[in-house]
Amino acid sequence: MSDHVKEPMFSAKNLKLFTTPLGRDNPITVQVLGICSALAVTVKLKPALVMALSVTIVTAVSNLVIAAMRKYIPDRIRIIVQLVVIATMVILVDQFLKAYAFDVSKQLSVFVGLIITNCILMGRLEAFAMANKPWPSFIDGLGNGAGYGIILVIVAFIRELLGSGTVYGYPVMQKLGIYSTGYENNGMLILPPMALIIVGCIIWYQRSKNPDLIEKK
Amino acid sequence: MENLLNLFIKSIFIDNMVFAFFLGMCSFLAVSKNVKTSVGLGIAVIFVLLITIPVNFLVEHYVLRKGALAWLGEGFADIDLSFLSFMVFIAVIAAIVQLVEMIIEKYSPSLYNSLGIFLPLIAVNCAILGAALFMQEREYQTLAESTVFGVGSGVGWMFAIVSIAAIREKLKYSNIPAPLRGLGITFILTGLMAIAFMGFMGIKL
Repeated sequence: MSDHVKEPMFSAKNLKLFTTPLGRDNPITVQVLGICSALAVTVKLKPALVMALSVTIVTAVSNLVIAAMRKYIPDRIRIIVQLVVIATMVILVDQFLKAYAFDVSKQLSVFVGLIITNCILMGRLEAFAMANKPWPSFIDGLGNGAGYGIILVIVAFIRELLGSGTVYGYPVMQKLGIYSTGYENNGMLILPPMALIIVGCIIWYQRSKNPDLIEKK
Repeated sequence: MENLLNLFIKSIFIDNMVFAFFLGMCSFLAVSKNVKTSVGLGIAVIFVLLITIPVNFLVEHYVLRKGALAWLGEGFADIDLSFLSFMVFIAVIAAIVQLVEMIIEKYSPSLYNSLGIFLPLIAVNCAILGAALFMQEREYQTLAESTVFGVGSGVGWMFAIVSIAAIREKLKYSNIPAPLRGLGITFILTGLMAIAFMGFMGIKL
């Protein structure tokens, strides 16, 4: 722990670990990790938020655990060790959701289990936690989970507002009295394909703001 | 028999892994750059699903489910291990993928060379674990049903990746706005394909 004395816990370097995945190095739109579950749970804001939180917790804690054990894990079996750590965390989250948020757990159905194969986890463990100290790894996990969460929440917000006219279950459109002007909910946005198209548009927007992210021909 | 055929067609088109549930998107986006490699990955996915789904079905029915251990004796009849299913499924998948890789390497080096790099990737492909979890959630009753479901989902996945790869190959020659190039347009393209696939939803089998 001697290093922590030299380096404060919230040094600029550590803060940067948290903030870059939120935007410039976002796991979904830039690193292209963890798309699978990102799209299926974004019809409503509530399951999206729960999913984002679950992924953040699982990423942060398994990053922490793997970083703490990194010197003792034989290289050849590291994938199995990583999978076991992740699966344990996911089982905990799943049982917790079943106990305290049963309706959300039903809505998320298999997608909680699929956090195990979420590429963000394996990606961060391989790329960061295996080579860094526990505390920075924990922050890196939090940052990447939050970066994933931001995209989920943006997509879910758009889909819920335009598709069902509500925000987190609150009937915004109805309260504003927009229906009386002839406005109708766009049922298209509830359908799964629109999630893909919205993410496509987010990527488009982000890359036109950051031209250095544009792929070369 | 008719029932199985229905299930097969349903899992290819209506419940398509990619277009209806977005499973296996990561490798889907990374590998769908040309048709040849995506055919290779598609075949590998079908192959792994063909083996892992029936095995996971047996594990689910004889080990994990509530009361599944009854064959061991009276005292085991009301043990419920289903909370372990994530870990057991992923372990079974990882082990089988490893095994399949070794067998192919030994007996068919040419197939190994064409599939080789993709096989390890498949262990963490969400489509495989997703299919196992769907098999558990939808409670398929027989081994035949779950096998057909596994192969059907695999074929559907391959179908999706090969068609997207074919479109992406042609897309190279078109003039896409620079920020949309690559990833962005692929997302939108997949979305449009998914809308097209929704046409199958009306079919009642």
